Amino acid sequence: MAQSDAVLDSIPALLARNAVTFGDKAAYREKEYGIWQSWNWKEAAAEIEALALGFLNLGIHEGDFVAIIGRNRPYFYWAMVAAQSVGAIPVPLYQDANAEEMAYVLGHCGARFIVVEDQEQVDKVIEVQDQLHQFEHMIYIDPRGLRKYDHRRLHQFSHIQDQGRAAREEFMPELQARTARLNMDSTCVMLYTSGTTGKPKGVVLSNRNVIVTSKNSCEFDNLTENEEVLAYLPMAWVGDFIFSIGQAYWTGFCVNCPESADTMMTDLREIGPTYYFAPPRFFEGQLTSVMIRMEDAGRFKKWLFRKYMDVARKVGPAILDGKDVSFGDRLSYFLGNIFIYGPLKNTLGLSRVRIGYTAGEAIGPELFEFYRSLGINLKQLYGQTEATVFITQQPDGEVRADTVGVPSPDVEIKIEDNGEIYYRSPGVFEEYYKNPESTADTKDAEGWVATGDAGFIEKSSGHLRIIDRAKDVGKMADGGMFAPKFVENKLKFYPDILESVVFGADREYCVAFINIDLTAVGNWAERNNVAYASYQELAGHPEVYNTIQAHIEEVNKSVAQDEMLSGCQVHRFLILHKELDADDGEMTRTRKVRRKIVGEKFNDLLEALYGGKSEIYTETEVTYEDGRKGSISATLEIRDVAVVPVKQKVAAE
Amino acid sequence: MNTMTENSTVGYVTDDGRQIGGTIMEMKNITLRFGGVVAIENISFDIHEGEIRAIIGPNGAGKSSMLNVISGFYHPQEGEVWFNGKKRPSMKPFEVAEQGIARTFQNIALFKGMTTLDNIMTGRLTKMKTGMLSQAIWWGKAAKEEEEHRQKVEEIIDFLEIQAIRKTPVGRLPYGLQKRVELGRALAAEPKLLLLDEPMAGMNVEEKEDMSRFILDVNDEFGTTIALIEHDMGVVMDISDRVVVMDYGKKIGDGTPSEVLANQEVIDAYLGVSHD
Repeated sequence: MAQSDAVLDSIPALLARNAVTFGDKAAYREKEYGIWQSWNWKEAAAEIEALALGFLNLGIHEGDFVAIIGRNRPYFYWAMVAAQSVGAIPVPLYQDANAEEMAYVLGHCGARFIVVEDQEQVDKVIEVQDQLHQFEHMIYIDPRGLRKYDHRRLHQFSHIQDQGRAAREEFMPELQARTARLNMDSTCVMLYTSGTTGKPKGVVLSNRNVIVTSKNSCEFDNLTENEEVLAYLPMAWVGDFIFSIGQAYWTGFCVNCPESADTMMTDLREIGPTYYFAPPRFFEGQLTSVMIRMEDAGRFKKWLFRKYMDVARKVGPAILDGKDVSFGDRLSYFLGNIFIYGPLKNTLGLSRVRIGYTAGEAIGPELFEFYRSLGINLKQLYGQTEATVFITQQPDGEVRADTVGVPSPDVEIKIEDNGEIYYRSPGVFEEYYKNPESTADTKDAEGWVATGDAGFIEKSSGHLRIIDRAKDVGKMADGGMFAPKFVENKLKFYPDILESVVFGADREYCVAFINIDLTAVGNWAERNNVAYASYQELAGHPEVYNTIQAHIEEVNKSVAQDEMLSGCQVHRFLILHKELDADDGEMTRTRKVRRKIVGEKFNDLLEALYGGKSEIYTETEVTYEDGRKGSISATLEIRDVAVVPVKQKVAAE
Repeated sequence: MNTMTENSTVGYVTDDGRQIGGTIMEMKNITLRFGGVVAIENISFDIHEGEIRAIIGPNGAGKSSMLNVISGFYHPQEGEVWFNGKKRPSMKPFEVAEQGIARTFQNIALFKGMTTLDNIMTGRLTKMKTGMLSQAIWWGKAAKEEEEHRQKVEEIIDFLEIQAIRKTPVGRLPYGLQKRVELGRALAAEPKLLLLDEPMAGMNVEEKEDMSRFILDVNDEFGTTIALIEHDMGVVMDISDRVVVMDYGKKIGDGTPSEVLANQEVIDAYLGVSHD
């Protein structure tokens, strides 16, 4: 496509282009009242214009921050682009954040306008508004339950649009002037990082970051205006911004929004996206539910499933990569596609997926192969908010479970002596908002950014491999290398294990906390007549302990084979009495474990693991969804695990 | 629209500033007997348009009987029921439903094998005008009519946030959700007066909070008058505008939650002072 970059230097400029070029093509769909409602690019542009005029009517200034809090809905995407059109900066927030977390972010950016979904979010903001000195107007989409609220600073989304339309004559020149002032250097969006450590930081991305990255990544995968995506990942996450705004506006493809968080699976099936992104845990959940349902199927169906899944495992990935496969195998695969893969892909909502990505965490090789063997082109990418997502990604035909691919277009990569990965690209963020020290720590004068991850480039293929977070890579007491994530990922590949946290820095040996997967283990319990009343009771069951112990012993064998990391075998473990939860601060909102906090919170358990005890009584404070606190207590069993003796100790460098 | 008759009284304004209309229903000296057992003895009270009216009392006080009198399941031996300013003759339940009174049941009474959507659709029955035959062959007016009803039902599904279980047979749903579907079916009839028989029985705290919110929202959003029976005193005191207290078939208190709480007879009934 011949496109002149000179004109297309902001998201509103891309919108104007799309409204002309793809005017009648669907831009947004949302399922509501059981039907997919849709807006074409022309209609979307009109909605956005009305809202932008409404913003001007409310007195928005250039450079103001507009916070967006809600689940993926067209209205919020419009609000972001409308904010950009009037020279303001959209700041999407995680909608499940509690009031305290929200207060910090809203206060830090000094948002004057807040766009929210419904009463729940309105209440949250009202709760903290005393701490927000710059906050002026709140706009809500769903008026339900809000009739009696004080409407001096509270407005309904559609009313703001109506006021905007009514004042079109008056404000149109101002809107056009402001949109015209945008360029590649103006700020496109500010996204708060989930903050595995400490307070969230506001990552400022310019139009250049977003537009160049979107252009490059669309060309890398040949994305066209005919793609369909399902927008279901948090709007505050950089990936959703790039997929649902950056790439969607660059190519003009359609963004589909689910009816509600609970209906996502049904909506996925109805839309059948062609371009799809999901974190590994999502694929894992899907596979677990498929396997559970297969367990309940009749014997013939089970046999058919097993037979053809064997065929798929053998030749599926090769066929997907376009390699040579014998005629007989092709025929079996063809039949399998009719009986098993086709219907299965349809059930999963993945029949039309042309390009699927997974990222955020390492994906289990078996899990990865399962999807690829079905003929789903699932690939991995490695990215960060600070890079406007893309650092490396896997090209078609070079897909493997253990690498994250080659550098994305225009991205340079270097590995420092300590193993930390650095990159430089047009997507490199401008700065951390109001935080020059952190900016300087992360980005050097030449534009190289530290990822905080340790890894190496595989010589044979040129692909990047990630070992762990650089700061988590430590030393054991004997000087051996300690890479907890490496072991945890191997553990998490078992469907029974939802989370694991491995400790061992500066210690003699490694120990682990385990969270079991209630769906998988619960199903096993049902099948084997094991009665349980709660997560805690099931987690403490001796049979469950036996299974987990067997898993850990297998992992130990596999860890022992890695020369550098053989010291990381798990010697002792326990199964935690509660699931790690973001509400308790043990995980980030993107569900990454906060190792340090978990270590401090369960220090008594950690001491018991190293103290040689065989059980430990503990009490833990928990926070319920509505913010109330309670406590749970339990006596946890601690088990020793067989380890593979390491013959010669590997000397540390 | 409330026609002014001798029964209508002027409305009032609640503590939180809502304007309540005049009387929509009035029970006058109702007495209900089953053989020698007196279930309800000479009870009178009224329900104003737009208010949330609770009926409380210990077990066996006659609350459900009262609700059944209102909904036409039972016919009192003595007394009069006035609805919308007119004295109501003895009616069958379906005639009462047609008048604009819908209800939910203490023990869920849904069609277990049917989906949520279909169950709520049955609530539209009194609103359907086309015949069974044309509905069966889905032709002409019937098709158009069904679409209109479906839209109404979808609005209710959206309102109650049960999109995810739209196509799930209700027998497979947990109890709390079944209660919600039942509320949905009652709402589908677009009632003037909604009767809820223990809408929160057997629910946990979170489900109760959800249900309370829905009841308040129904009242606020659609202006529906609600009469409910409930055991959870916290809930009753929180959401209702006025409360009738019954004990052994008699009315022992009537007024705002705070008035009722201060009533010595009510306290005795709940704390179990012996009846002489």
